[in-house]
Amino acid sequence: MIEALSYDFVQNALIAGVLVSISIGIIGALVVVNRMVFLAGGIAHSSYGGIGLAIYFGIPMALSTSLFAVASALLISWLSIYHKNRIDSFIGLIWAVGMAIGIVLVDLSPGYHGDLMSYLFGSIMAVSHSDIWIMTILLITILLFVHIFYREILAISYDSEYASLRGIKSHLFYTLILVLSALSVVVAIKVVGLILVIAMMTIPTFIAEKLSKSLYMMMILSALFAFVFTMLGLILSYIFDLTSGATIILTSAFGMGVYGVISYIKSRI
Amino acid sequence: MSSKVIEINNVNFSYGKQKALLNITFDVKEHQFTAVIGPNGGGKSTLVKLMLGLLEPNSGSVKILNMQPKNAREFVGYVPQYIDVNLDFPITVLDVVMMGNKKEHLKESISIFKRLFPIKYSDIEIKCAYSTLQKVGMQDYIDRKIGDLSGGQRQRVMIARALCSHPKLLILDEPTSNIDPQGQKEIFELLKELNRDLTIFVVSHDLAVVSEYAQKIIYINREAFVHDLGNDTLGATSKSNGHFCQVEMMQMLKGLKR
Ligand SMILES: Nc1ncnc2c1ncn2[C@@H]1O[C@H](COP(=O)(O)OP(=O)(O)OP(=O)(O)O)[C@@H](O)[C@H]1O
Ligand SMILES: [Mg+2]
Repeated sequence: MIEALSYDFVQNALIAGVLVSISIGIIGALVVVNRMVFLAGGIAHSSYGGIGLAIYFGIPMALSTSLFAVASALLISWLSIYHKNRIDSFIGLIWAVGMAIGIVLVDLSPGYHGDLMSYLFGSIMAVSHSDIWIMTILLITILLFVHIFYREILAISYDSEYASLRGIKSHLFYTLILVLSALSVVVAIKVVGLILVIAMMTIPTFIAEKLSKSLYMMMILSALFAFVFTMLGLILSYIFDLTSGATIILTSAFGMGVYGVISYIKSRI
Repeated sequence: MSSKVIEINNVNFSYGKQKALLNITFDVKEHQFTAVIGPNGGGKSTLVKLMLGLLEPNSGSVKILNMQPKNAREFVGYVPQYIDVNLDFPITVLDVVMMGNKKEHLKESISIFKRLFPIKYSDIEIKCAYSTLQKVGMQDYIDRKIGDLSGGQRQRVMIARALCSHPKLLILDEPTSNIDPQGQKEIFELLKELNRDLTIFVVSHDLAVVSEYAQKIIYINREAFVHDLGNDTLGATSKSNGHFCQVEMMQMLKGLKR
């Protein structure tokens, strides 16, 4: 185990795990309190279209998936402001169409694409130095955003109509949260894959919400739980030679189960 | 001298083709305790949203404190009808009350440096929140999570949030809809007390309660029937203001009064 740490790719995997789990923990808290989980799910899956684009046109994956995810975030944000009542149907549409575009583009691309599974379930051992840079910049952006605009974010998350009356640009902040979650989803695809990213966003957040008295504390706890589950998952996946993304999610689910049992016992005493 | 706080003139409003308000005209003087009653879907919340500038009338004019509603917002406190709140939302009473804080106040207290420590409120802010909570009797709950309070207590906090910016007009949309009769009476007693300093405009379902407190009652069912009691309340007199549809008003009162 210890000697494994001397490998470059293992170090990168651990650093990526730290950066991504903290980003996803913080953004996950905002996604959950704003009831955007389904929206984030739509963005995550539609970004498969970006993977198709990258393979078909031979452009960098990070660029194409980011562009695709941000475009769906903007579209979803616009739709949820102007067609609030039908937003579920639109997200279902974006979700499926994004994936369909990806699949068709991959079909049309010549050659073998054996590593597609790694986008669905993560490929943390393949994290590169440039990926680490992207993850670091994203985390710093998220940290600055939630600190500088904490009060605005709190106000629109709790009661957006009232926040608008007090002069806060609700639509703008709503859109920014969606865009940041789109980017977080894209970087998390490396770690857990796009199928599992929503679980990584919601499981630590679920426990954190129950234990917190403020949104700030919820973001901290959710980042902390995401970090712990990710590290445990990575270690277990290394020891037992398992798919890292799936192991991280199962570790998180186990953590949630433990939390459930503890709080049940506490409520009975 | 009593100036007009609310002036609604010939207002029509429809959602798409569905007419929600027809030719509404009334005004409210300073410190006049005004109540709006009417059936579900009668247009009460729509009227409130027009007064807040969240909706624009199709025709006619809405003036609040002689201003366009949007410009008057900082002088208006608002308690929404029902906030679709998640009771698990991690937020304290203090956080909620601070949301109603004056904008200038917010700017002054938040320099870019302070913004990096967003959970710390300044002493001025805490003092302001505390004294506002005192007005509604909730000062001891300042650090509690809002989801742990009872419906009536939460409604008091919402009123405190609306009072935080020291408004001249307080608009409440069915503040007692989820509250038992005792709690309802307490909230209206509180409003009566607040009425000494500001104008109260309250939407309610319950004529029996409202008639005890309001000096002006507006019945809205797409159209409006106004019952102005001057400085009295319905409890004190049954004198009706002749030129509004007196017959309808009396029928309505008979129909609704227990
Ligand atoms: N956003 C909306 N879009 C379309 N129609 C609406 C909308 N909001 C309200 N309406 C319609 O306008 C009418 C007035 O609604 P409003 O909410 O103002 O009634 P209300 O008097 O507040 O009712 P309640 O007592 O149930 O709160 C209703 O017929 C309602 O169906
Ligand atoms: Mg209403």
